[in-house]
Amino acid sequence: MELLAVALLGVAAGVVAGLFGVGGGVIFVPALTLVVGLSQLHAEATSLLAIVPVALLGSWQQRRHGHIRWRDAGVIGAASVVTAIAGAFIADAAPERVLRIAFAALLVVTAAQLCLRSRRDARARAAAAGPPPTAP
Amino acid sequence: MAEANSARHGGIPQLVAIGAAAGMFSAVFGVGGGILVVPLLITLMGYDTRTATATSLAAIIFVAVWGTVAHGALGNVEYGHAMLVGIPAMLGVTLGVALKRRLPTEVLTYLFAGMMVAVAVLLVVE
Repeated sequence: MELLAVALLGVAAGVVAGLFGVGGGVIFVPALTLVVGLSQLHAEATSLLAIVPVALLGSWQQRRHGHIRWRDAGVIGAASVVTAIAGAFIADAAPERVLRIAFAALLVVTAAQLCLRSRRDARARAAAAGPPPTAP
Repeated sequence: MAEANSARHGGIPQLVAIGAAAGMFSAVFGVGGGILVVPLLITLMGYDTRTATATSLAAIIFVAVWGTVAHGALGNVEYGHAMLVGIPAMLGVTLGVALKRRLPTEVLTYLFAGMMVAVAVLLVVE
């Protein structure tokens, strides 16, 4: 029963990620800490693995549109190896409380960015619609 | 390398810097790092938003794998939970993207942003 709840949480996280264009991580981590009860460290580490199938699927669905520059994505990926390992050690050594507060701050920043983007998109749509047509 | 048709502002050094930043960000916060990578691709590489978002998603596959391997070696990854959340999320994302085309998302976005702030508060006070 608890397994079912966690799986449903995964579906919900995916819906929200797809709907608002945010990565799964900002939803996986709070879900894993607040609902499943993992520590902040374990929730973050587990979220990273959970992101992989979602990003794979998203990229697969994007391939037809031709927006992905794989060479550039590959360079970014290769360049991230050392810092990702360092980051994991830093998170592992950091006090649980510090990780939590830092993550909460990230959530607030992401929320602000979402609002700004939404407002910009709404304005762009309004501009594209143009001024009301006037009689010639 | 024959990409002269696209307006490129940056090259390999910029991509390496973005990758280095993304690796640290991702492994420390447990997120993909799109919030960081997308704006950097736009400002440093001259990408348009759509190309930046799509390329960031592809880059995140690699970045998240390194973070997982490192955290896994440290014993921090709960593999069962990751699959239990990650695989159903694949279904969820497909649903979410389809819903996005049918729903007016502006008001929903503000509601969701408010919810994120509430979750942030909950994380700190709990």
